[in-house]
Amino acid sequence: MDTVTPFVLLSAILFALGLTGVLVRRNALMIFMSIELMLNSANLAFVAFARQWGRLDGQMFVFFIMTVAAAEVAVGLALIVTIFRARRSTNVDDLAQLKG
Amino acid sequence: MSADFLLFLIVGFVAIAAATAMLFSRSALYAALFLITNFGAVAVLYLLLNAPFLAMVQISVYAGAIMVRFLFVIMLVGAERRGREPEAPTLRWQRPLAIVLAIVLVVQAAYVFITRAAAGPAPAETVDAGPLSIGKTLIGSYLLPFEVIAIVLLAAMVGAVVLTRERS
Repeated sequence: MDTVTPFVLLSAILFALGLTGVLVRRNALMIFMSIELMLNSANLAFVAFARQWGRLDGQMFVFFIMTVAAAEVAVGLALIVTIFRARRSTNVDDLAQLKG
Repeated sequence: MSADFLLFLIVGFVAIAAATAMLFSRSALYAALFLITNFGAVAVLYLLLNAPFLAMVQISVYAGAIMVRFLFVIMLVGAERRGREPEAPTLRWQRPLAIVLAIVLVVQAAYVFITRAAAGPAPAETVDAGPLSIGKTLIGSYLLPFEVIAIVLLAAMVGAVVLTRERS
C-alpha cells in the first residue's frame, strides 16, 4: 500500500466509537472497555506513522502505551471491584455521593 | 486495487463492526468478546504495517491478558445481570449529543489527517521490526522509559492488591 492514510482514518473512526461508548454507556465496565478501544486506536495511528517515517520510535511508543494500559486496567478493575463491594452497583449514575 | 488494500478493507470493516457491536451490546460479556475481535483485527493491521512483533504483543497482552482480566471481573461483578442500562439516562440529551460530538470528531480528524498526513513524506522503505531490532531499540535509546515502566507496573501491581484486599 502506498499510503498510510486509510489506517489513520480507521484509527480516527475507532477512537470516535470509543468516545461515544464513554459518553453513552452507564456501566463502569463498559466505559472502561471503551477507553481501551480508544487507547488501541491511538496505538494504530502510532504504528501507521512509524510505517510512514520508516522508524521504530512509533512502535516503541505503542509498546509503552500497552504497558501503561495493562497497569491502568489492573488498578481500574480493582477500583470497580471495590466500588461494587461497597455499593452493589457498577452504574456510574449510582455513584453520585461526591457531588456538592 | 492491491491485495494489501483489499485485506485492509476487510479487516478494517471487521474492526469497525466489532467496535460498533461492542457499543450497542446489552451484555457486558458479549461486549468484551466483541472487543477481543476488534483487538484481533487491529493485530492483523499491525502485520500489514510491518509491525509483526507488536501484532503478537497485541494478541498476547491485549486480547489475551487484559481481556481475560476484564472477563474475570465481569463474571465476578455479575455486570451481565446487574448492568442493565437504565432506559432513560439521567441527562436526556446526552445520547444524541454524544453521537453528534463523535461525528464532529471524526470529521475533524479526517480533515487533519488527509490534509496533513498526505503532505508528509511518502512511506519509507520498511525497516526491520523483528524482536531483535525492537529489543535493541528498547534497551538502547529507550532505556530510561523502559526502567520507568517497570516501576509503573510494580506500583499498579501493589495498587491492585491493596485496593481489592478485604478489610477485616
